[in-house]
Amino acid sequence: MGEVKLLGTRHSPYLHRVIWALKLKGIPYEFIEQDLDNKSPLLLQSNPVHKKIPVLIHGGNPIAESVIILEYIEEKWPQNPLLPSDPYEKAVARFWVKFADEKGLSISKVLQSSGEEQEKARKESLEMLEIIEEHAPGLGQKKFFGGDKIGMVDLTLGRLAHWMGVTEEVTGVKIMEAGKFPRLEAWMKNFKEDPVIKENLPEFKDTLAVMKRHRETLLASK
Amino acid sequence: MAEEVLLFGAWASPYSHRVEMALKLKGVEYKYVEEDLANKSPSLLKYNPIHKKVPVLVHNGNPIVESQVILEYINETWPGYPLLPKDPYERAIARFWAKFIDDKCLLAIFKASWGEEKEREKAAEEVPEFLNHLENELKEKRFFGGESIGMVDIVANFISFWVGAFEEAFGSELLTREKFPKLTNWTHQFVNNTVVKESLPPRDKLVAYLRNRFGGRNVSK
Repeated sequence: MGEVKLLGTRHSPYLHRVIWALKLKGIPYEFIEQDLDNKSPLLLQSNPVHKKIPVLIHGGNPIAESVIILEYIEEKWPQNPLLPSDPYEKAVARFWVKFADEKGLSISKVLQSSGEEQEKARKESLEMLEIIEEHAPGLGQKKFFGGDKIGMVDLTLGRLAHWMGVTEEVTGVKIMEAGKFPRLEAWMKNFKEDPVIKENLPEFKDTLAVMKRHRETLLASK
Repeated sequence: MAEEVLLFGAWASPYSHRVEMALKLKGVEYKYVEEDLANKSPSLLKYNPIHKKVPVLVHNGNPIVESQVILEYINETWPGYPLLPKDPYERAIARFWAKFIDDKCLLAIFKASWGEEKEREKAAEEVPEFLNHLENELKEKRFFGGESIGMVDIVANFISFWVGAFEEAFGSELLTREKFPKLTNWTHQFVNNTVVKESLPPRDKLVAYLRNRFGGRNVSK
């Protein structure tokens, strides 16, 4: 079928969505680490529009945007499905994937800003958590959003399981108060304990160091 | 049980029209419910409690929201006219452009038309860059979908019709033939398609609506 290459930076939550999908489906791939301050010709060629990671290259064909890569992986390698087969349930899953993908950006903003801007991002992040806690179907009743097995919604929300904690520690800003989101907390525990996820998360202290530097650089340039 | 398809929409919304176009292309019978967005119906709030927006498709009582999610659902549920290619790689490319149009193009066009001063300048620079990517993607194709209209064309409906209405309403210049010959040609092909024509709002009404709703915020010639 052609070899699979994955371009990314080690501590990116978006990269990890793709890593998890590949690992859950048992697809071998070659990881090619990227330096975003000095973008490689391969990256620029593979994602000329956004010049961002992750990019999946399958048999020479590049695909960019993590959620689109997940849909591609799902269609190309149907084993261990990440989406329900029923069109309506699939639509519900896609709604939550979109929601998690878009609203999750607020958590990045908390890391990347300070003062009023940061407070606004914190409130938006909180709102996202509240909506998920209240509305996400199956949360609290099933192990994962995908049911008994991890699915695309779980992968898209994966940033909560690691990167949100890193953000809170780097910035000193609390986003998720303990005890306030029982269903989400239960999900986070299940997600982090899943063997595939556990084995494919960077070290907390390493992500912490990287994100700390990232924040310092960003704020210094403003 | 007879099939029931409801579409909650708003006549001026390009997102709502995307869904109408898709349903018509597939030959699906549906009942259209016009929403007054200043006075949202209890049904809308029930079916879309999180975003409270149109469009909402309700199929046999099941609500689906977010226009691109709805388009994928329509494509998978009703056979016949394909909105996406069969090949997974080509589908990924189509989805990439659909996402690009919504996340980047439309956002920049809105900001360039009525954003805050600082935002507007930056967006005004981005719009031609983004349109250029689309111009290049069209290549020699009649539509983004190839010989026939596909999901990318449908998602780009805003560019084919609403942008023109914006330009007329606010005296701005976003899509010129000189800079974007292929995209301009595509616009004509698209709006003249029989099915698309049926779904579009009346141009004058749209221009007046835009002037009325957003005119105050735009401080230009």
